[in-house]
Amino acid sequence: MAQHEPILLKNMSQPGYTGSLADYEQARGYQAVKKVMGKVSPTEVTQLVIKSGLRGRGGAGFPTGVKWGFLPKDYQGLRYLCCNADESEPGTFKDRQLIERDPHQILEGIVLACYAITAETAYIYIRGEFVLGARILEKALGEARQAGYIGKNILGTGVTVDIWVHRGAGAYICGEETALLESLEGKRGLPRVKPPFPATHGLYNKPTVVNNVETLANLPHIINRGPEWFAAIGSPPKSTGTRIFCVSGHVKRPGNYEVPMGITFRELIYEHAGGMRSQKPLKAFIPGGASAPFLTPDHLDVKMDFESVAAAGSMLGSGGVTVMEEGTSMVWAALRLMEFFYHESCGKCSPCREGSSWLVQTMRRIMNKRGRAQDLETLTDLCKNIAGRTVCAFGDAEVAPIMSTLKHWRPEYIALIHEAEAANLLRPQPVGARGSA
Amino acid sequence: MLRDRYEEEIDDILKRYPVKRSALIPLLYLAQRESGYITEAAMTEIASLLKLTPPQVYETATFYTMLNLKPVGTFHIQVCKSLMCALVGSDTVVAWIKEKLGIGPGETTPDGAFTLSLVECLAACGTGPMMQINDDYYERLTEDKFDRILADLKATGSSALKSGPFMWPEPLAMKSERPIR
Repeated sequence: MAQHEPILLKNMSQPGYTGSLADYEQARGYQAVKKVMGKVSPTEVTQLVIKSGLRGRGGAGFPTGVKWGFLPKDYQGLRYLCCNADESEPGTFKDRQLIERDPHQILEGIVLACYAITAETAYIYIRGEFVLGARILEKALGEARQAGYIGKNILGTGVTVDIWVHRGAGAYICGEETALLESLEGKRGLPRVKPPFPATHGLYNKPTVVNNVETLANLPHIINRGPEWFAAIGSPPKSTGTRIFCVSGHVKRPGNYEVPMGITFRELIYEHAGGMRSQKPLKAFIPGGASAPFLTPDHLDVKMDFESVAAAGSMLGSGGVTVMEEGTSMVWAALRLMEFFYHESCGKCSPCREGSSWLVQTMRRIMNKRGRAQDLETLTDLCKNIAGRTVCAFGDAEVAPIMSTLKHWRPEYIALIHEAEAANLLRPQPVGARGSA
Repeated sequence: MLRDRYEEEIDDILKRYPVKRSALIPLLYLAQRESGYITEAAMTEIASLLKLTPPQVYETATFYTMLNLKPVGTFHIQVCKSLMCALVGSDTVVAWIKEKLGIGPGETTPDGAFTLSLVECLAACGTGPMMQINDDYYERLTEDKFDRILADLKATGSSALKSGPFMWPEPLAMKSERPIR
């Protein structure tokens, strides 16, 4: 197995590293803040990040520096940064590790991002269930404030950055950036209609940037080691840097693996994660969280970068790779994910709200062997009427499991329906059903 | 009244936001900590604290699954039922709970000690099957581990088997002092 130098997981992989400020400083922490504050202009920091090729690690993969560049340059009022720590995409558990093991790495990234976009306030929106993570962040914030890395007049440079932890309360949709902003404003987490985008009308209607935890954690390293160093890692020019891939499901060693983008799924699953847990071969895998269409063993040699996975008909998404062994029912798997989406639909758009309910009911009927031949057409029809017809990307995400399993494993659906039909033939007909002639 | 009991904490929450309504979820958490769930009286009081109408508080409170509008047991067990945990046996965990505590999803034991909820992904997919009990995660559940957790909770109210700062797979050099067992 090729050895890769970890970047984000490096500190926490050292024996005895606790994630305290002292540990972080000893690992050359907050050097990037010292390097840029008052010495490099905010615009230059943004340029460095654009040059590094860093793309958002939350799921959409939008270039981070470009996103920052959308903020209005002549606007004199307040601006905000939100750190999206609402990690809830099924299959993804990397941010939790970054938060709980190396919180200062994220805080330093937030300070740098705030400096680049000249925001004085940042909120870390962390999912409500991460009680331990929120406590760890609060503690780290206290340490960093005390040391003068956060607060007013940072290191005597006159720059102010205040950071607050804000806990969510259990809603997947709040990971969508505009729903996150609504939730942070104390409302129901319903995504906003775009445009206007958060870059101009974000939190409290002010210019706002929302960045994922892993994205922000990369910033200190890009500043310290230079954009050229970062841009050479991975699969340049479009997928630079490493990613923390979260492997779950039927593998020997599930967990978080930080590797350069562009290695193959085969390497990740069979070398890093130790291969399948039993003799049963791999049947299917999800390459980027629950929202990503399923792939088959034929796709194991696809490279794990944004473009290659998209070309294979799926997406790299949040980096959550879920592996399923032979014997797993694909109809069952799609139903489980569909139940997730049904539960988490926020209810704003009719196609998604009503459609998710219909999809779950139809899928349950098929799974319970009470399906009908026309159900497959119903599923396809419903999916086509949801995707692309909602305010946010949730609509596209929720149809992915069904559409992709229908595409690759259609015979499994048909087999269940055939069983249902066979059972129906044996069922006694009600009296008079055959006519009285 | 929350205001009298938690004045300092409420002020600390309010000062974080330029717009008062942002303090709504943090204050609802405070109310839930106080009574185990969010009472109507608390919602009315929070509305007046934030200059909102009670329906504005209610509409937010009803959106989020972690905010309980009804009483729950002393130990609120939430088992992740999403696909990733289901692949590695979360349905079995639900069966253990039925067998050992006699409760199904949405039910509370007669003594009010345990409530079971089935929830969607809690971001612990690599260490499933897992459950959250109140603030704590319990991962890589086996029947034996589950029994020990229950016994601990019944005896002392907490269990050392809860997860510490998460890292998986654990770094080789640290195996001895690891929190996830």
